[in-house]
Amino acid sequence: MFAAMASTPSELQRTPLYGEHLRLRAKLIGFGGWEMPVYYTSILEEHQAVRQRAGIFDISHMGELEISGPKAPEWLNSMLTNNLGRLSIGEGQYTLMLNDHGGVIDDLLVYRRSENGYFLVVNAAKIPEDVSWLQDHQVEGVSVSDQSQLFAAVAVQGPNAAKVFQTIGELPTRNHIGKFKLGRAPMLVARTGYTGEDGFEAFFPAETAAEVWSAFLELGKAEGLTPCGLGARDTLRLEACYPLNGSDLSPDTTPLEAGLSIFVDLKKTGFIGQEPLLRQAEVGLSRRLVAVKLAPKSPPPRPHYPVSVESEVVGELTSGTQSPTLGVGIGLGYVKIPFTKPGQVIEVDVRGRKFPATVEKKPLYKRNVSS
Amino acid sequence: MSVPEDLKYAETHEWVRIDKTIGTVGITDHAQAELTDIVYVELPKVGAKLTAKQPAAVVESVKAASDIYSPVSGEVTEVNSQLESTPALVNTAPYAEGWLFKVQLEEGSDLSELKDAAAYRAQIGAE
Repeated sequence: MFAAMASTPSELQRTPLYGEHLRLRAKLIGFGGWEMPVYYTSILEEHQAVRQRAGIFDISHMGELEISGPKAPEWLNSMLTNNLGRLSIGEGQYTLMLNDHGGVIDDLLVYRRSENGYFLVVNAAKIPEDVSWLQDHQVEGVSVSDQSQLFAAVAVQGPNAAKVFQTIGELPTRNHIGKFKLGRAPMLVARTGYTGEDGFEAFFPAETAAEVWSAFLELGKAEGLTPCGLGARDTLRLEACYPLNGSDLSPDTTPLEAGLSIFVDLKKTGFIGQEPLLRQAEVGLSRRLVAVKLAPKSPPPRPHYPVSVESEVVGELTSGTQSPTLGVGIGLGYVKIPFTKPGQVIEVDVRGRKFPATVEKKPLYKRNVSS
Repeated sequence: MSVPEDLKYAETHEWVRIDKTIGTVGITDHAQAELTDIVYVELPKVGAKLTAKQPAAVVESVKAASDIYSPVSGEVTEVNSQLESTPALVNTAPYAEGWLFKVQLEEGSDLSELKDAAAYRAQIGAE
């Protein structure tokens, strides 16, 4: 069935929570150069835990960068697509770092920590590339510091996430970050996430990782807080239609094509990639990243499956899975305009057989805000 | 990890139960545990001619699609159509209700390459 099962290349990096994952008998896989839990008990169970209660994820593999200095606000604004000028101290935003062609190097969260200080949370596999891209463009009056090795981090996500956190102090509001303490561990806590639920991401010194992890599990006991792996993280983010860099975003796709234009301020002065994006906006897009849903009882869609309309190939999926919440196959993929409107009937090619599907409005899952 | 004594096993984690000239095929308890959360099963067609060690079916978990190799050669006589609506039977009962397909064994089939329970247990490192 599978010839080489669960082989783990030895050059993978491990997070400070590796020992905890072993104790919990997590199934580990390689992801972006890191050895990470894909699940502890089951992807479906962990997915439901986050949708119904709360889940805790090790996100220590993600990168943390500090950018500061008198020239930092202006310079960083020229390196990222969103408008940094809109951030008050303690506030964050989703943004993108582009190459000279307007393609995506990385998507990230940037928090303003002080007048001239910023905290960036970047994708694990992109840390070296992000840092060298920033350093290559660095100017006097700006310091770029990679703090990824110093931090461990967890995401706590789900309708009960706020209850897990409420004992540690006044909680930040959506997209804000604040300083807290859990036991002896100082931590930065941001109200954000990658699951479509309310939640938090907490960053703390690597040497306190195991005690913080245990403290959260203890705090969350009554709320049904469940350790969750990357498997559930992927199904959750896909239902919420959050793109994954390396799959849905790449150096050959622009944020306009990815449907991320609200995170791109085309009017601000001068950022890398702006010219090609302005040209693309003027000429018009030829393709867009759309959400698709397969008919019931179809096989789950996967990355690279072709998408067609009346036998003509019009695109390709970049992500796909079986949606645990909807019970059908879902995916994201680049599709030629004009076949990108919600309701458009398409076919997804699975191993040479075509299965009916539709283009859907994003997101595919939206939480009930009253809860 | 359950490895029943009365079955034969392929190195690729399929089992076959031989009853005279009919072989019933499924995947092992170990395999379903590794895959977890099976959400879709693509079965061969009744009448299809299968060759041992060649792909015959596809089992999909949330994470990935995996080829299932037929442990024996022959013609498919029956498939487990219950799996269309309840693919998770492969997880919950891999040696019973989660069987995949039945094969009319090719005449003179050589089953000597398949492992017995003890040899398969040794392969997966189970007691």
